[in-house]
Amino acid sequence: MLLITCPHCGPRDESEFSCGGEAHIARPLAENNLTDAEFADYLFLRDNPKGLFLERWRHAAGCRRWFNMARDTVTHEIVEIYPMGSGPASQAGKAAHAASWRRDTAAEAAAKPAPKARAKKEQVS
Amino acid sequence: MASEKPDHDGPDRGLSGLPGGKPKYSAFALARQAMQYHQGWQRAWRDAQPQDEYDVVIIGGGGHGLATAYYLAAVHGISRVAVVEKGWLGGGNTGRNTTIIRSNYLWDESAAIYEHALKLWEGMSQDLNFNVMFSQRGVLTIAHSEHELREMSRRVHAIRMNGIDSEILGPDEIKKFVPIINIDQTIRYPVMGGFLQKRGGTARHDAVAWGYARAADDLGVDIIQNCEVTGLRRNGRRIVGIDTSRGFIKTRKVGCVVAGHSSVVAAMADIRLPVASRPLQALVSEPIKPILDTVIMSNAVHMYISQSDKGEMVLGAGVDKYNSYAQRGSFPVPEHMISAAVELFPVLSRLRMLRHWGGIVDTCPDASPIISKTDVEGLYFNCGWGTGGFKATPGSGHVFADLIANDRPNRIAAPYALDRFQTGLLIDEHGAAGVAH
Repeated sequence: MLLITCPHCGPRDESEFSCGGEAHIARPLAENNLTDAEFADYLFLRDNPKGLFLERWRHAAGCRRWFNMARDTVTHEIVEIYPMGSGPASQAGKAAHAASWRRDTAAEAAAKPAPKARAKKEQVS
Repeated sequence: MASEKPDHDGPDRGLSGLPGGKPKYSAFALARQAMQYHQGWQRAWRDAQPQDEYDVVIIGGGGHGLATAYYLAAVHGISRVAVVEKGWLGGGNTGRNTTIIRSNYLWDESAAIYEHALKLWEGMSQDLNFNVMFSQRGVLTIAHSEHELREMSRRVHAIRMNGIDSEILGPDEIKKFVPIINIDQTIRYPVMGGFLQKRGGTARHDAVAWGYARAADDLGVDIIQNCEVTGLRRNGRRIVGIDTSRGFIKTRKVGCVVAGHSSVVAAMADIRLPVASRPLQALVSEPIKPILDTVIMSNAVHMYISQSDKGEMVLGAGVDKYNSYAQRGSFPVPEHMISAAVELFPVLSRLRMLRHWGGIVDTCPDASPIISKTDVEGLYFNCGWGTGGFKATPGSGHVFADLIANDRPNRIAAPYALDRFQTGLLIDEHGAAGVAH
């Protein structure tokens, strides 16, 4: 049973929230340049760590706004709650973010408008 | 199309009884032991010490892992097999589920594997010389809305096309079949109808682990408990052994059947799986006299209930909404499930709860399992059974043993390969598997 502090409404019971799963998954912009396996990383594969997990939550029965949470999947300790669109601020949260295999995927690289990719496109056209 | 019959007639059940020479259980053995004050029973399996090398190592001593080891020895003649288990046999989800068995799934791929399992269940007590108390008391799934009822009749037709028994019941027939159910149409989720698989039922879950362990041990399989895997050793792209808390074990084939911890073990070989580990909760009431002789499931209100042979009402819920490895769930989930149970069965309202627990299940995006080779040669995964693995125990072990022995999936296992998450050939069973068991 979790007591979750909504950044907008304050501490509330877990039953008011819905969990949106892994946070910081960016949709690849140039998906046509990805192989099926690389796109599957974005579409189906989810991090499933035993330990600190960065995930998205929504205050579904309250303000209905999304936020991020760094939570331990063994102790259920909530280490940090931080706004959408930003990264974790705590040391443990930063380490978990950097350690995720997703940081090295082609899908994540394709989520950023990389100057290199743009140059390649110009060559083709 | 009609000629393409699913491959679930007469699975190769391997050897029957205990050909290895272990003393058999029987009425005579019981009578003989009774005369000797039950002092002469032998232990059901050896407390094996890890040897230096095995042909196959199975990680995970739950029902699926033990069944895999048994069929490797019984069907494929590979007896230099070890099962390594970090805790004790059947201490994970095998001993935590609500023991429901059925094969009424929507898609052909699912029908093939779950019916394969059900066929094996039907002969299991004889095959293993161990009473797994398989009871075909029927599994009744109820519908609470017009739409759900229509979807259900579509499912029943699909199931029957696959040669599996299922029938639709109306509220009055349900009342006759389950006298304690409330079919009042004014309740929040009224009983609009349901469908019944008469060949479904329950089995004693611990006995399944013990029966497979005893029969596998009889064929020479080493069962090593209190032995945690700490690493998967590779040489290039091939597995060469496993590191454990009790030392290194050399092997060229590793079958990984660790349910909730699949992602953790996969990470040891730099493999990523599309599974999420979630708590699944269940509880039992205090024991009472027999009032329910079947299994009732409701997908809409996330509740399933049966009565154990000891008289406890066994209730299970849906999965918790967030990832966890803690083997405990959050309170709102059983609360929701109990409120649904009491509305459907008002007679239960004053029962007290005896025990409540959670297990960690590995859920897949399409609610179907993964039975697959991996990019690492000699490393196989059987995982992703999510909320419904117990019913598949024998079928899962049977086809997984076949995959490991032959290094290629058979017709039943092939659709469950990991590459379906790249090709998009998913087996979407959220309708049939979303809740129970």
